[in-house]
Amino acid sequence: MKHTSKIVILLTMAGLVIIPAFGKNGQITCAGSTTVLPVAQATAEAFMDINPGINISVRGGGSGVGVAALQNKTADIANSSRPMKAKEITASKSKGINPTAYPVANDGISIVVHKNNPIKNLTIAQIKGIYTGKIKNWKELGGASMPIVVISRDVASGTFEVFNEKALAGAKVDGTAQLLASNNAVVSAVASTPGGIGYAGLGYVTESVRVVTVNNVMPSESTVKGGSYPLSRKLYMYTNGKASGDVARFISFIQSHAGQEIVKEQGFITLN
Amino acid sequence: MKSYKERLFQAITYTASLFTLVVLLGIIYSLFNEGLPFFKVVPIREFLFSGAWYPTHEIPVFGAKTLIAGSLFVTIGALLIGVPLGLGSAIYISEIAGTRLKETAKPVIELLAGIPSVVYGLFGMAFLAPMVRQWFHLDTGLNVFSASIILGVMIIPIIASMSEDALSNVPKSVREASLALGATKIESIFRAVIPAAKSGIIGSVLLGFGRAVGETMVVLMVAGGSAQIPKSIFASTRPMTSTIAAEMGETVIGDLHYQSLFALAILLFALTFVTNLITELVFLKRSSR
Repeated sequence: MKHTSKIVILLTMAGLVIIPAFGKNGQITCAGSTTVLPVAQATAEAFMDINPGINISVRGGGSGVGVAALQNKTADIANSSRPMKAKEITASKSKGINPTAYPVANDGISIVVHKNNPIKNLTIAQIKGIYTGKIKNWKELGGASMPIVVISRDVASGTFEVFNEKALAGAKVDGTAQLLASNNAVVSAVASTPGGIGYAGLGYVTESVRVVTVNNVMPSESTVKGGSYPLSRKLYMYTNGKASGDVARFISFIQSHAGQEIVKEQGFITLN
Repeated sequence: MKSYKERLFQAITYTASLFTLVVLLGIIYSLFNEGLPFFKVVPIREFLFSGAWYPTHEIPVFGAKTLIAGSLFVTIGALLIGVPLGLGSAIYISEIAGTRLKETAKPVIELLAGIPSVVYGLFGMAFLAPMVRQWFHLDTGLNVFSASIILGVMIIPIIASMSEDALSNVPKSVREASLALGATKIESIFRAVIPAAKSGIIGSVLLGFGRAVGETMVVLMVAGGSAQIPKSIFASTRPMTSTIAAEMGETVIGDLHYQSLFALAILLFALTFVTNLITELVFLKRSSR
């Protein structure tokens, strides 16, 4: 009795060591941005359907986590909703990792307000005024007399960084702003807050909120691609060096027509 | 054969306890290892007493005062709700309820402790916050008030169950003596039984405090997340725990922002460590008496 249990334990331990070594074959790991997550997830599922031998696991965590995972070689692909920072590239290079960027989709950061808010358009200057705490009431923007509830992503997220650079020109968000941890949380908070304003990737915007135009431009396929929408960005996948093997096939699948159709289904905007 | 078995059992339990200790020390070591270098760059006084938290700004500012205030506000709020309710149910179950009710009520309250905190958070976000917003005609329901209610409900089982144990452990002779001296039931509860169980009750409150101050998911979901010292109980706030949870995923590993989150973790660790230490001491005093 004792011997059998010992054997079982030994075999299990051996299995734990051996299985991952074999499992590496045909295994792709992606980690990073929660904005890129739905695109990566949906394209991975489609890619696995065509290539049954390949298993792709997709994790979120945030753009920074993805970069760290690439550096520690715990992920083959780092998803990022912003270009990699100079600091991150230097840190990667010092670890012998050479990050290479592959754009996978276009995205517009949409400014959303509550459904019943009559405001139709905001200029970049007004958005900056709202987020830095200079404009505090919708009345000042021609709306109803109602305090503005500023809702932002937390300051470390990739979406915030792009928003901070393009809309706020690097200015500090006022301390009274609510900082929420995901695109979804922002959209649902705005939906339940009559005086609320928030921002989220296009793919996350639902019927429950209203998108306002920025500088009179509505985020759409043509305005984001053409660059006339001021808050456009690209979503990236980073690999160590030039992508090769299954990873390269996966990325070129996302960039292909079939892959970009999935990008569109997920509410994002295609590359070309 | 028996001695062999016994020795084996001893060895296994010894290894288990040693392993626990090693893991704990390892966590504490890595906490300080990652967090302490932060204080070489940002002086501890600036970290504790300045109020602007802009970790990713071009010129980053690490003032944790607002975050510390956020933690304290929601924790005190939670205690204001959790202590009276928890203590009240403990007194009722221990002193007033009949045996049958006692035997069902206590497990039911303890069952509350088993609900995962994310479930509390979801409830707070989806039901409580919108209701609070409507009742009080507020701009937002994600605020100190909502977070305190949820946290308060979360710590009720801890306070109720531990206080009830303390009250039940008061010898029967204390009650009998008090009643024999002519005290009413209420008088003997408040003048004799509760003072005798004082240390256990204080211990339960401190443990509740530790639980509330360290809770992450609920405050992340319900407190709103504004890095400000709340001007009223209906303002949003951002406790230390939710700051760590929200920002850790997005930091560059090893940079100042990453270290600053470990510095916050050290602060939290020190806070809960001290309260747990006091709890232990309070209990030690009771058991040695």
